Amino acid sequence: METVRIYIMGKEYSVPAGLTVMKAMEYAGYKFIRGAGCRAGFCGACGTVYRKEDEYKLRFAVACQKLVEDGMYLVQLPFAPAPRASYDLEKIRPSDNVLLKFYPEIARCVACNTCTKSCPQEIQVMDYIQAALRGDIRRVAELSFDCIQCGLCSMRCPADIKHYHVAQLARRLYGKYLAPKAEHLAQRVAEIEQGKFNAELDRLTRMERKELTKLYEARQIEEGVGV
Amino acid sequence: MKVLYYPGCSLKTVAESFERSAKLAMAALGVELVELERWNCCGTVSALTTDDLMHQLAPIRNLIRVQEAGEERLVTLCAMCYNTLKRADLWVAQHPEELAKINAFLDEEPDYRGKVRVLHLLELLRDELGFATVKERVVRPLTGLRVIPYYGCLLLRPREVGLDSAENPRILEDLIVALGAEPVDTPYKTQCCGSYHTTTHKEIVAKRAHAILSSAREHGGEVLISSCPLCSFNLDNRQRLVRELYDGFAPVPVLYFTELLGLALGLDPQAWISEQHYVDPRPLLEEHQLLKR
Amino acid sequence: MLELSSKELQRAVEELSGQKVFACYQCGKCSASCPFAAEMDLTPRQVLEYIMDGRVEVLNSNTIWICASCFSCMARCPNGIDISKVMEALRQLLLRSGRDQLDLLKIPEADLKEIPQIAFIAGARKLIG
Ligand code: SF4
Ligand code: SF4
Ligand code: SF4
Ligand code: SF4
Ligand code: SF4
Ligand code: SF4
Ligand code: FES
Repeated sequence: METVRIYIMGKEYSVPAGLTVMKAMEYAGYKFIRGAGCRAGFCGACGTVYRKEDEYKLRFAVACQKLVEDGMYLVQLPFAPAPRASYDLEKIRPSDNVLLKFYPEIARCVACNTCTKSCPQEIQVMDYIQAALRGDIRRVAELSFDCIQCGLCSMRCPADIKHYHVAQLARRLYGKYLAPKAEHLAQRVAEIEQGKFNAELDRLTRMERKELTKLYEARQIEEGVGV
Repeated sequence: MKVLYYPGCSLKTVAESFERSAKLAMAALGVELVELERWNCCGTVSALTTDDLMHQLAPIRNLIRVQEAGEERLVTLCAMCYNTLKRADLWVAQHPEELAKINAFLDEEPDYRGKVRVLHLLELLRDELGFATVKERVVRPLTGLRVIPYYGCLLLRPREVGLDSAENPRILEDLIVALGAEPVDTPYKTQCCGSYHTTTHKEIVAKRAHAILSSAREHGGEVLISSCPLCSFNLDNRQRLVRELYDGFAPVPVLYFTELLGLALGLDPQAWISEQHYVDPRPLLEEHQLLKR
Repeated sequence: MLELSSKELQRAVEELSGQKVFACYQCGKCSASCPFAAEMDLTPRQVLEYIMDGRVEVLNSNTIWICASCFSCMARCPNGIDISKVMEALRQLLLRSGRDQLDLLKIPEADLKEIPQIAFIAGARKLIG
């Protein structure tokens, strides 16, 4: 079995090559009580910081996705202390100053780009903070779309900015007030409310399990969509 | 002619009338203002301590963007952006060893080579188009309008980045004359409005605004022009507080110099004037028959 | 107050500001040029005087926070001293030891709504370490 050397909080372990950082740590005997969730690169719970023996750069990843490399010095960052501002989405509006109002610390950004360099999702984090500063909510929402809220950027920022909360507020405002509304959706909701599908739904809920399974298997599958 | 320009954050929000009027007026003069891509906030104030490289990053990153666009000059509208970008450029030119450090830190960007020139739109008007040309293009001379040119600090000081004499500037007066209006001189035109104290010490700002605006009125001025969104906020919006604190204060409308330019070029001010002006300039413009096309 | 000796204060100010403080001959032109002198407990000239005298209580003065970096003083100093940089050095000495002067979360809601970014950004840079 091919193995690699890794260092977990300074202690050396030899682990099989090809494992993710998360699996390698479990292999080494660590148990994840916090700092793991979906194990699929979506929830952002497993932020990891590492340096390689032969590099000066600090690097960032999510532990459930990153494969171990020889000579990695690792530490987990399961939590970033960053309380979210409290707001009522119904009562706020996508005004120029709304992001600055809830997160005034964005005014401290020095454009060092450290956040972008820390992002495991390769998001242009500095650019979305800059867009937030000038009230461009749409751009923040677009740029931050892939954010998994791991908090690595916020742990590195010299200006103490809580990037992912700013981005989340922007996406919420965008979704509620700015994104074009899908007409077919509104139409369908109206149809549902008028009871157009009641009879069919009624029939389905009364169906035997066997019959239902048959129906499910015979359902129309869009071309190109994997099962 | 196309010119690369740097808007800055405030022109995208509280000072939209500044950007809009500038773009329209310059277009009428045959100049297209092309917005710099991926610009970041310049930081608004210059790093003043010898070791503060951190606050040089923001302006220098913008100058790298200019370089990337294949341009050698950048035009600004906001006086604070102008000052900050220009000072940073000058500072790295004078401190090559510090520029090397900044370039090493900005390892995701190409090195800044120090070849960008930062200009204020007023300089472009004076030195490249020429006020004589501007005057020829005036279709609606602002005859009889008495305008107070307000420079504030950052167009003029420190001297090495000032676009005119620090003590006796003429550039705004010359523009006003070219537009057919009458410049009104006041001893306060180069004095600070209180700047960022508007966040923590509004009363200080109100005191400055009161002094500056009352003097302008006493000298017969009807409207004040500025080139900075913060000067404008402090001198216009803070008039609400000035009125609360000082009896008998008569409000003075505040316009960006580009709005005045647009008016003289015959543009319809409805295209840019918005609720962002606290003291509504429209009655005065109406009185001088400048609202109609 | 910061635990600084007179010598340490003078050295720190000269290093951070890059200015030759001792070139000041106390003419008072800076104070005469300062639009905020009436709000200050020490005039700009006195700030220079205190530093030359090694009086560390200059760090308690409100002057360094009232100064808005308008550059009027430095434009007129006959000895070419950039007083605005001296003020910045004093501010930085305090800010770098954690003495913030602005709490962004305590700005009144009405102000947060209307104050331009430019003021927040400048305030954050000048008043927060
Ligand atoms: S790390 Fe912080 S200060 Fe640096 S660019 Fe990102 S948000 Fe701005
Ligand atoms: S933007 Fe920040 S919180 Fe979001 S994924 Fe990137 S590093 Fe994580
Ligand atoms: S000075 Fe302003 S308007 Fe100018 S970019 Fe910087 S913050 Fe924004
Ligand atoms: S007058 Fe006020 S806002 Fe204008 S440049 Fe000076 S400090 Fe800035
Ligand atoms: S103007 Fe210059 S020399 Fe005169 S008191 Fe001020 S700092 Fe000293
Ligand atoms: S820079 Fe500061 S000390 Fe100097 S004149 Fe302006 S406010 Fe006064
Ligand atoms: S566990 Fe969810 S992203 Fe890694």
